[in-house]
Amino acid sequence: MTGRIFMQHEAILDLIQGMARLARHKLELLGRKKPVLVGIHTGGVWVAHRLQPLLEVEEPLGELDISFYRDDFTRIGMNPQVRPSRIPFEVEGRHIILVDDVIQSGRTVRAAMNEIFDFGRPASILLVTLIERSGRELPIQPDVAGLHPPLADDEHIRLEGPDPLVLRIGRRAGPRETT
Amino acid sequence: MRDDLQYNESGGLRHLLSIEGLGREQILQILDLAESFAVLPGRQVKKVPLLRGRIVTNLFFENSTRTRTTFELAAKLLSADVINFNVSVSATSKGETLLDTLRNLEAMHSDLFVVRHQHSGAAHFIARHVSPGVSVINAGDGWHAHPTQALLDMFTIRRHKGDFTPLRVAIVGDIQHSRVARSQILALNTLGVTEVRIVGPCTLLPAEARTLGVHLYHDLDAGLEGVDVIIMLRLQRERMDSALLPSAHEYFQLYGLTEARLERAKSDAIVMHPGPINRGVEIASEVADGPRSVILQQVSHGIAVRMAVMSLILGARGGETE
Repeated sequence: MTGRIFMQHEAILDLIQGMARLARHKLELLGRKKPVLVGIHTGGVWVAHRLQPLLEVEEPLGELDISFYRDDFTRIGMNPQVRPSRIPFEVEGRHIILVDDVIQSGRTVRAAMNEIFDFGRPASILLVTLIERSGRELPIQPDVAGLHPPLADDEHIRLEGPDPLVLRIGRRAGPRETT
Repeated sequence: MRDDLQYNESGGLRHLLSIEGLGREQILQILDLAESFAVLPGRQVKKVPLLRGRIVTNLFFENSTRTRTTFELAAKLLSADVINFNVSVSATSKGETLLDTLRNLEAMHSDLFVVRHQHSGAAHFIARHVSPGVSVINAGDGWHAHPTQALLDMFTIRRHKGDFTPLRVAIVGDIQHSRVARSQILALNTLGVTEVRIVGPCTLLPAEARTLGVHLYHDLDAGLEGVDVIIMLRLQRERMDSALLPSAHEYFQLYGLTEARLERAKSDAIVMHPGPINRGVEIASEVADGPRSVILQQVSHGIAVRMAVMSLILGARGGETE
């Protein structure tokens, strides 16, 4: 993997601690009890795993691979590394905390919400991302974001993991990804 | 038959005509993708929007309920629109040529043809003549190939056995006239199983068997000794009419799979059959309905595997611009 390290494991865990505090606060204000966690493959699942004990979520994590819901399937085709999406609880009527590593265009989150609704109708969805960066193409904003790093348009940031977690910034080669 | 026809310029799967030409990695990729589709029936909404707006045409020149239905269901679960074109009762009987039928269906903007035909090579013929951007899946051509059946069988075997390499597999019955057996043998050998056996009377085993990389058995008991997987093939009635076999009863005596014969195989052996089964001809009811039988699972797996193949093929078209 090329690019410079932006943040190391311990600092990322501190960041996630802060995110958990903020998320708990928001949930309390909104009166949302007994939330469940859904992570988006792959980075979102790692972050959701770290959030799970901090938010005292006892139910197992949901994991979404949104490959079947992408809006760019006709342009980039099937992702051969797709993994089964698993939501090991009833979605119907639940308060969901949706977790991703990076939000940029907002397209991944749109796809993830479409997929969640195919499992059932949740009572609410709270969006939590580790990184919020510029480049939104859809009206979707995180409720809780760990960090807003200043990035040039041709720079991209990615989370590596799961252990240790590392955030790395690189130069974009080729066409832009939709994250 | 050229099978490089199956790929587009960038190496993506454009058509699926035969197992021939597929590597181990490609077969495993299809099986992995099918695993992701196999979880969908557990959800409130069982379909995904992947092929929304695409048109899939089932072009069946030969009757088939199960295969056509599972292809139709697979396409619908991917949100594609499906046209069922049953040619045996349609244009061809009015004298239209295959190419004219094809041009007409292309004019209806079909993206993918699923073709079943009684003549070997029909799917290849259609694949050579379709417009750019249109794909073909072979759903069985003559005695030649039935690749999605072989892939769903591999999926079923992997679900029960995990690793292919230590396995011994016996395919029993009319190998000579079976496109399913040909595709299975190719797939099993590509995946590197220890041994593939074909078991049946001389008249129903292919002359070129030894070049297929299989061991021949004329005695069922010997052929089942120590195998992990038993694949029974349907005995087609017309074989008896053409004097290749004396009678169904006699066939069952010699090659029918019974509980007693099943004892020869490993204790955890699974019994498979592409269906439709002939009870009391190639398989006894107590085996077909017994704990080792995975015959109905094969049908369910067929849907997930066909979804995987369709999404790879229709996705590969977009891949050309990457």
